[in-house]
Amino acid sequence: MPELGKYAAEVLLAYGASGAILGALIAVTLWQARAAKRDEER
Amino acid sequence: MSIWEYANPVRFMGWTGRLLPWLWGGAALLVVGGLVWGFFFTPDDFRMGSTVKIIYLHVPSALMAINGWFVMVVASLIWLIRRHHVSALVARAAAPVGAVMTVVGLVTGAVWGQPMWGTWWVWDPRLTSFFVLFLFYLGYIALWQAIEDPDAAADLTSVLALVGGVFAILSRYAVLFWNQGLHQGATLSLDAEENIADVFWLPLVTTMAGFGLLFLALVLTRARMHVRLRRARARMLRTRVA
Amino acid sequence: MIALLLRDLRLAVRAGGGFGLALAFFTILAVLTPFAVGPETPLLARIAPGVLWLGALLACLLSLDRLLALDAADGTLELLAVAPLPLEGAVAAKAAAHWIVTGLPLALLAPVLGVLLSLPGQGAWVLTLSLGIGTPALSFIGAFGAALTAGVQRGGLLMALIVLPLYVPTLIFGAEAAGRAARGADPATPLMLLGAVSLGCVALMPLAAAAALRVNLR
Repeated sequence: MPELGKYAAEVLLAYGASGAILGALIAVTLWQARAAKRDEER
Repeated sequence: MSIWEYANPVRFMGWTGRLLPWLWGGAALLVVGGLVWGFFFTPDDFRMGSTVKIIYLHVPSALMAINGWFVMVVASLIWLIRRHHVSALVARAAAPVGAVMTVVGLVTGAVWGQPMWGTWWVWDPRLTSFFVLFLFYLGYIALWQAIEDPDAAADLTSVLALVGGVFAILSRYAVLFWNQGLHQGATLSLDAEENIADVFWLPLVTTMAGFGLLFLALVLTRARMHVRLRRARARMLRTRVA
Repeated sequence: MIALLLRDLRLAVRAGGGFGLALAFFTILAVLTPFAVGPETPLLARIAPGVLWLGALLACLLSLDRLLALDAADGTLELLAVAPLPLEGAVAAKAAAHWIVTGLPLALLAPVLGVLLSLPGQGAWVLTLSLGIGTPALSFIGAFGAALTAGVQRGGLLMALIVLPLYVPTLIFGAEAAGRAARGADPATPLMLLGAVSLGCVALMPLAAAAALRVNLR
């Protein structure tokens, strides 16, 4: 873990929030894609 | 063979199906690699301290946010001129991705602004025009969802993408006129004498490439989803008629 | 085109409601502002140009659904589409009619409301001027929004979501011109830019609006 100094909270918050948002987008996209595939093959 | 052959839905599903694992893999590699590089192995900036590490998220996502609308405009033009259905679906697929990238850009910017400028948000030209861009994305997505007939929806949203593109640029300059801001100028430009130092630049370029691949992977995956949904819908309509 | 313009004007005056509603809304908004932010004169004088511009924007937006929805519902639009007049011209005439019954009265009423909000003297007439220059852009952009959502049931909220971001440049230049004049600065630059935006919209938005209408009438 690198030394983040007095701004540790902000940096981690930025990484955490971005990860959460992007992760949610990726998860939703993959989930929808899978659902669409199931739909098509039914 | 003409390049437009790739827009045939069957062919599109074929080549994107083969390409996508590589895209996802490359995106994961570059994004994670670039972020780890930036987070663990770069020094702090002498003025901004460790907050400079936010740049590896902030700049690529902002770039993709603008790129998203650009993709929509190009895809819309192709749809309006050549009537490739896949193109309209790519435009549709790019909108939510671009909107999310805009949110990431805004959030990381706000978190960065807090310690640097002492405030989460200022009505600075860059921030403001980004927020306006986000509103444009919302309107575009809402219009897609509101119209039932797929071809009419594709046509109308294409027109909106073009008009919105013009107004987004117009707003950018209007906002610039309205208020001078705190945001720094471009970090990377070819004509500037002084650019960001190499230690920050290399991981930044890595994450920018990674976000580009991630954007492509997301858009193509979503476009494939829309193609499938449309096939399922067509089959449903056929069975209902039969 | 002129016949269509006159028809729309007559309809707006005779059918009641549409004509006065936007003005009444604008007035009420101006009266509500001091309740919301307090009655201190310097504060009101400072925010008056912005509030009045915002009010004009919203009043314009509220009256947009009358621009095309009624004609879409009773089939007039289909007739216009097959008429010898190009659809672009028809849309332009309808947008112009909308401007005459909402934008122009709003601009004329604004200095009166400016007095209520203690807008300084020279700010008042620049406010009128800026509204006079800027509201055509609002009407023509609005016509585009109305054309896009003509096929959507209860599309009012959707139209607001689409149209309001498009209003950003107009609002910025308009409010800036009025604000500069109220502070005693020279409003010429924003006024000219506002004129550019407005003329551009008047020239180009009918094309986009007619394209959208053709899709909706297909």
